[in-house]
Amino acid sequence: MEKILDVKNLQVSFHTYAGEVKAVRGVSFYLNKGETLAVVGESGCGKTVTAKAIMRLLPEPPAEIKSDSEITVDGKSVLKMNTRELRKLRGGDVAMIFQDPMTSLNPTMTVGKQIAESLVIHRKLSKAEALEEATKMLKIVGIPNPEKRAKEYPHQFSGGMRQRAMIAIALSCNPKVLIADEPTTALDVTIQAQIMDLIKDLQVQLGTGVILVTHDLGVVADVAHRIQVMYAGKIIERGTKEDIFYQPKHPYTWALLRSVPRVETMNKEELYSLTGTPPDLLAPPKGCPFAARCEYCMPICKEEMPEEIDVNGTHQVSCWLQHEMAPKVECPIKLGGDK
Amino acid sequence: MAELTKDKFVIVGCDGQDAEAILRPNLTFWQDAWRRIKKNPVAMIAIGILILLTIMTIIGPYLTGHGYEVVNTKIRNQWPSASHWFGTDELGRDLFSRTWQGGRISIILGIFGAVIDTVVGCLYGGISGYFGGKVDTVMMRILEILVSIPYLIVVILFSLIFKPGLGTLLIALTITGWCYMARLVRGQLLQIKEQEFVLAAKALGANPARIITKHLLPNTMAVIIVAVTFDVPGFIFAEAFLSFLGLGVQSPDTSWGALASAAKQNLMFYPYQLFFPSIMIALTMLSFTMLGDGLRDALDPRLRQ
Amino acid sequence: MAEKHLVEVKNLKKYFKVGPKQLLKAVDDVSFFIRKGETLGLVGESGCGKTTCGRTVLGLYDATDGEVWFDGVEMQGASADEKHTFKKRANIIFQDPYASLNPRMTVGDIVGEGIEIHNLKKDKEKLERIHELLKLVGLNKEHASRFPHEFSGGQRQRIGIARALAIDPEFIVCDEPISALDVSIQAQVVNLLIKLQRELGLTYLFIAHDLSMVKHISDRVGVMYLGTMVELASSQELYAKPLHPYTQALLSAIPVPDPDVEAQKHRIKLEGEVPSPINPVPGCRFVNRCRYAKPICSEVQPQLKEIEKDHFVACHLY
Repeated sequence: MEKILDVKNLQVSFHTYAGEVKAVRGVSFYLNKGETLAVVGESGCGKTVTAKAIMRLLPEPPAEIKSDSEITVDGKSVLKMNTRELRKLRGGDVAMIFQDPMTSLNPTMTVGKQIAESLVIHRKLSKAEALEEATKMLKIVGIPNPEKRAKEYPHQFSGGMRQRAMIAIALSCNPKVLIADEPTTALDVTIQAQIMDLIKDLQVQLGTGVILVTHDLGVVADVAHRIQVMYAGKIIERGTKEDIFYQPKHPYTWALLRSVPRVETMNKEELYSLTGTPPDLLAPPKGCPFAARCEYCMPICKEEMPEEIDVNGTHQVSCWLQHEMAPKVECPIKLGGDK
Repeated sequence: MAELTKDKFVIVGCDGQDAEAILRPNLTFWQDAWRRIKKNPVAMIAIGILILLTIMTIIGPYLTGHGYEVVNTKIRNQWPSASHWFGTDELGRDLFSRTWQGGRISIILGIFGAVIDTVVGCLYGGISGYFGGKVDTVMMRILEILVSIPYLIVVILFSLIFKPGLGTLLIALTITGWCYMARLVRGQLLQIKEQEFVLAAKALGANPARIITKHLLPNTMAVIIVAVTFDVPGFIFAEAFLSFLGLGVQSPDTSWGALASAAKQNLMFYPYQLFFPSIMIALTMLSFTMLGDGLRDALDPRLRQ
Repeated sequence: MAEKHLVEVKNLKKYFKVGPKQLLKAVDDVSFFIRKGETLGLVGESGCGKTTCGRTVLGLYDATDGEVWFDGVEMQGASADEKHTFKKRANIIFQDPYASLNPRMTVGDIVGEGIEIHNLKKDKEKLERIHELLKLVGLNKEHASRFPHEFSGGQRQRIGIARALAIDPEFIVCDEPISALDVSIQAQVVNLLIKLQRELGLTYLFIAHDLSMVKHISDRVGVMYLGTMVELASSQELYAKPLHPYTQALLSAIPVPDPDVEAQKHRIKLEGEVPSPINPVPGCRFVNRCRYAKPICSEVQPQLKEIEKDHFVACHLY
């Protein structure tokens, strides 16, 4: 498998009036060609900041990417790039689609022109050629009547179609990495299904690596190859799809899986839910960040951050419950996937 | 790495209460705005200048011991010197005192005018914007008619009918000046009243008065304050311009505009007479504008961190 | 023996005029009832009219036609006094936790507004009640002096719930209260709503597009499409045996957090886009996307009929 993205020890802080907010605290991961990595976590866990940092989309200041972080795309270091190289990277090697298609498309430009813009910049096509390519892209993403639609404005598109247009813009220059930041959260369930299918198909066709950022584990079950769970700026568990869904080891992952009502959940039965909210990263706790909400919390959890322990080669988790001295705790939910 | 003893691995669970605590200091809207404006050097300089100018207009006329209206034909048209810091005018009056005395009029007119504009504009725009529909349509048409009357004509008419002076000037300028503020407030209200928190208040049974005072106005405060700050220089300039034309305050009262008007004949020989009032007008207007810009940035909720 | 239902909606219509000869039929002849203490879920996708329906039932919008009965009193024709009383007995929780709280009021003032408007309590008693409400939704009394922007989405939604409860309502319209929240926080809010229903005997109209949560919290569920009610049944029944083609497609699109299930799932793909609710065509609204469309579907609008006990469908297939 060819590694196209490598992130090592990424640390991102924001300098605010109240102090330094450590949004991302030492995150390392990689992405291979043609695979989908899902980054799952609640709002504020740092997943969007991580995604934006890969393309250096965070305004610096107030954001600061610490110097011992490393981000490498296709062998080139992103943090060492100058402005010109960054512009080539963005849209060219790495593309992004955002959550709210209403605000991420320019309302005063036709959709065709917006797709063409990327082509003119990166593939140096003439305007006419770019518009033709743009129409082809619209067809690929499944928009009917692409010739007519290319001349229309975003407000004439529905939510699902706008998201397809965004995907067309992102994929027009055949990037190596596509970052999808909560692409379907604002969409209806049937449209969500359509968009996720589209991303899956295009990935197979074009061989793009996809980083899917979301808080919804359901969306991930179909599309992802590997999953990493983030909490309070750190990755607390990672593994293949089967590892995470059928043999999760971290109490937070258990909580995420338990919060969704399942077929066998009784009507109006109390759903498992965590009390409280994630810690304020202005003063991140020195131990495990999940300790304040974890029902299996032990004294050591509050004192020290657990190291990442390898469970089976593909599956790693950062939890003191994995330590040999800890009591054995079984996952509290019955999960499928009998192998 | 700390010592790993067995007792550290006993499950205790969590309590959840401290998970809801808020760490950051509690900042009200105004505290946050003040913090933001403090960081803006241009705005802070503007505030400094305005404070200085205000103090000078209060104490200035008494500083040198020369009264502003004292006529002394023996020292007419003297250049600035140690005893007359700004020189003297055609009738030998001390220009330093006169400049600050005039400043009182100009600034008072500026502020009063802006305040009247705001009060009338808020009321009118508030009612129009809140009720919408036919009420709004009718009120806006009336407004448009008023706006199309050039204010200069109104001022001249008033000056012919009533005695020219500060009061007349104030009335004449504010008669159509409030229209801008009304439009602004109406626009804001139309936007805000569709917000869900207003709907929530309606669902609770709030009456229009409560909705306007507790929900709509506080959220338009920011825009209104910025508009007032930009309104003041408009008044100062209008006064200056009208006094320059001779329609403003009359002697022995003076204003910056009147001083400039009196000085224009002597421009060739005694340019200092025009210099000081002009500088004051420019400085005040510039400061209010810079302050307005700074305030707008500081009060913009979207720029809040 | 006719049960007196707490809420009864008959042939409700809400149209908006959006241009000359352009009538947006947001809610077009919808009827349902809600028993005291039960939760009626209302699902459908964007543009189906469920939010408009909820707000019209509550009286925030005036209905174009039809009746809304609350505890035996018809609300559309009620006097101003009756309407004011209704405002104390019914309330609403909004979807957007960021827009539904006045950014310039403290949390305490927001929660206490209802109490103030209806003069329920004063001073010290009012303050105690505010603290009690905050505690009920899982917040601290110290939070009363803070401002909305200092809270997370889930916490703000809980503040919204506290505000709705302040006036001791019997009926609450929950207008997509969890859509803007993370999945883990959704569970918190849903649990809270269920607990409050049990403890305070509340009746809910729960509007959402997340079907798994709606099934969980509702006793009965109605499915809306483009302003019409296409299916209405108990939540167990609807999910076990969906009859309307749209309901079937909707259910098959719900993502399940289980890779094997997802891999084997046969998803019913809905082709085409949702047509506009402006000047809709006669006949069934779903006709251009339905796999089973027959000629009659383009001509006659199907009526909601009881096909099985307590299971209503509006479809020419039955």
